[in-house]
Amino acid sequence: MKIKVNGKEREINGSSISLAELLKREKVENPEMVSVQLNNEFVDKVKLAGVYLKQADEVDFLYFMGGGSLNGSV
Amino acid sequence: MSLSEEQIDRYSRHIILSDVGVEGQEKILSGKVLIIGAGGLGAPAALYLAAAGVGTIGLVDDGLVELSNLQRQVIHFTPDVGKPKVLSAKEKIAEINPEVKVTTYQERAYSGNIAKIIQDYDFIIDGTDNFPAKFLINDACVLGAKPFSHGGILRFEGQAMTYLPKEACYRCIFGAPPPKNAVPTCSQAGILGAVAGMLGTIQAAEALRFLIAKGELLVNRLLIFDALRMSFRQVTFKRNPHCPICGENPSIKQLIDEELPACDLKKK
Repeated sequence: MKIKVNGKEREINGSSISLAELLKREKVENPEMVSVQLNNEFVDKVKLAGVYLKQADEVDFLYFMGGGSLNGSV
Repeated sequence: MSLSEEQIDRYSRHIILSDVGVEGQEKILSGKVLIIGAGGLGAPAALYLAAAGVGTIGLVDDGLVELSNLQRQVIHFTPDVGKPKVLSAKEKIAEINPEVKVTTYQERAYSGNIAKIIQDYDFIIDGTDNFPAKFLINDACVLGAKPFSHGGILRFEGQAMTYLPKEACYRCIFGAPPPKNAVPTCSQAGILGAVAGMLGTIQAAEALRFLIAKGELLVNRLLIFDALRMSFRQVTFKRNPHCPICGENPSIKQLIDEELPACDLKKK
């Protein structure tokens, strides 16, 4: 099946995979630092393993971004 | 308000824009913008807002200029090292545009002072770099019904969104700060100075377009760019019914200070 990840087409071969598995395949090193949107709806982090992808789904990973250092102003 | 001849000259490149004109410039001249964090994002934002003639610019920062700031915090110069950032920024603004009134707050924004500080301003720019401050600014602006621009940067990437009352907020996307052990360590962080400049300039443009009420702000969309490949994209979103502050059953009803991860490359 074909899905879109961050606006780019991806082919998923074989059976459907969960959002948690997709994060692994897309090499998201740190899932805690990303907010996942599926078809324009945010998915609760605790539910990522239970939501399975289907044809034409659109997934976006939105990363936490602070600044270049961790204290004070940027 | 009517513009003096000198003002018409100074702001002529704005005034000839059909979306600004004399009327738009007058709105800018009577606008009040608060910049929280006079650093990598706040510095370019402050320079452009001052040059544009924003009537009042507020600056919140408790820090002193350090040598390592100068690589990106372009409002501070080498002789400013050791000087309070708000003072250094105020001096440069006065040189760029003596018409601008600058109010400084040499303090760190926290739950006890932020609501009072933001109330005098039309638009707030989040130029902070840490998640507790970003969530605090979001919460204060949601509860106080104030528009603000969120900006985040990391390495070569940047992101920006603008909050308007009743629209999606920062917590709609991110909920709560990431766990402390998940935040990149200081050695993994870092920032290309020009990326901070790009983002701070985007935030200044949001503030100016808000003041003149023209165009489409970054509302309900997150602009993301990767300056390593120089690619831009945007992700649209809508209000999250489960948002802890603006959702259907909000759990946050007053301002809280989220915990700051312990990490400091600098010796203090």
